[in-house]
Amino acid sequence: MLWDWGYTWEILPVLAGAAIVTIEATLVGFVIAALLGLAFAILRMSPSAWVRLPVGGLVEFIRSTPLLIQIFFLFFVFPKFGVTLSAFTAGFLALGLHYSTYCSEVYRAGLENIPKGQWEASIALNLSPWVTFRDIIIPQAIPPVVPALGNYLVALFKETPLLSAIAVLELMQTAKILGSENFRYTEPMTLVGIFFLLLSLISAAGIRQVERWLKNRRG
Amino acid sequence: MEASTSERPAAAEGGVAPMVRFDRVTKRYGALTVLDDLQLDIAAGEKVAIIGPSGSGKTTVLRMLMTLERIDGGVIWVDGEPMTHMPGPGAAGSGSLVPASQRHLRQVRGKVGMVFQHFNLFPHMSALKNCMEAPVTVLGLSRKEARERGAELLSMVGLGDKLDHFPGQLSGGQQQRVAIARALAMRPKVMLFDEVTSALDPELVGEVLTVIRKLGAEHDLTMIMVTHQMGFAKEFADRVCFFYQGRIAETGAPAELFGNPENERTRQFLSAVLEAG
Ligand SMILES: Nc1ncnc2c1ncn2[C@@H]1O[C@H](COP(=O)(O)OP(=O)(O)O)[C@@H](O)[C@H]1O
Ligand SMILES: [Mg+2]
Repeated sequence: MLWDWGYTWEILPVLAGAAIVTIEATLVGFVIAALLGLAFAILRMSPSAWVRLPVGGLVEFIRSTPLLIQIFFLFFVFPKFGVTLSAFTAGFLALGLHYSTYCSEVYRAGLENIPKGQWEASIALNLSPWVTFRDIIIPQAIPPVVPALGNYLVALFKETPLLSAIAVLELMQTAKILGSENFRYTEPMTLVGIFFLLLSLISAAGIRQVERWLKNRRG
Repeated sequence: MEASTSERPAAAEGGVAPMVRFDRVTKRYGALTVLDDLQLDIAAGEKVAIIGPSGSGKTTVLRMLMTLERIDGGVIWVDGEPMTHMPGPGAAGSGSLVPASQRHLRQVRGKVGMVFQHFNLFPHMSALKNCMEAPVTVLGLSRKEARERGAELLSMVGLGDKLDHFPGQLSGGQQQRVAIARALAMRPKVMLFDEVTSALDPELVGEVLTVIRKLGAEHDLTMIMVTHQMGFAKEFADRVCFFYQGRIAETGAPAELFGNPENERTRQFLSAVLEAG
């Protein structure tokens, strides 16, 4: 039998539970990526080379090493330094950290596109650097890069199966366990594929919605 | 920029110290000396027009006074305080000055406001919000006070009915008037205008000049404007400075400078401008 419907219905609720874990890891990871990425992008614009260069180096380093190694590092090596993280925490931290470096590049492009005149007007009005970023620069820099950020949200989502390597009970890990327990991989793996497809489509639609909202807001 | 000595501007014979003093100010871009040993005093309430050929350093003068450019020599004073410098440590009374910290710059530059050639309004904020941003976040006004102040200034520049319009919904002339209101909302003592009408279609120039005229008549603001409108400079300014290659080649009352220029360069420039119409 190529496809067993009875088995399908049986494992569906288990996989749905695991999908929640996948979604949670994605969302928490992406919030970290988005915020940390913005912080990196801003720090890389610092007038002080003492800030700019180390941050730039760190970002390049994280970006050019594999995510899987970072996941292992947080989970297996950090405890040696007295920082013990649960598999889920290590997982979303690694995802967030890794993708923050991509987000930081996206923000950087957005920030560099702000005309010089906006910075100069901010100085002429004596706005503090903090207020300049918060009220003038960031609100203009982010809307144009939302599509690019959205792409990284979907990319991050699709990398969550890597967390199965440290046994986070997300979709992939759960499907593997189901498969090995029942000696049937066809149904769990197909269902996982379908979950990913559906959620990718939904988030892509969501991102378009956000884009449209940002556009309309300006009138 | 190095430590300098520069005398606090003393009260002249008339009894008032200058509002702005450029004391031997030099500005270079690499090997190019854009302003050379500039010496210029501007009295409180004085309206000064700066004219001169393109590239003569007019914009740079304003940008230095707005602290948008660092200077390479000399000291700029505003309202009796050194702006580009501050008193050195333990040097009270010794007159020795060290380059200004960011903190010092933030304290002093509040006295200066600037209107730019290309408006530089915040495109994501309404006209009113543009005028409220700095009063709220810098001066600490309540939103209500800032809204009242902004609305009042926008009506003063003839835009009382456009408070909620975004810059993209306004004509160039209207945007420039919002920019004037935005700068005034900070209650500066010195206002700088850098060719504020040169990006405008000809039919919109008048409305902006009218606002500037009104400002000059109703307020005791010190105004420094770089302009190519010789007619306006003649009528509006108390004094005209003709810049040539980073130096003031000639300065005087508009009647003298336009009517009977002494410097050969001034004469050439004025006749070229007149010919261009
Ligand atoms: N950021 C800069 N870098 C290098 N050169 C500059 C810069 N800004 C201005 N300059 C040069 O300084 C000179 C004076 O410029 P500016 O003050 O803008 O002249 P103006 O306003 O009288 O036309 C010009 O030769 C210009 O090319
Ligand atoms: Mg200029």
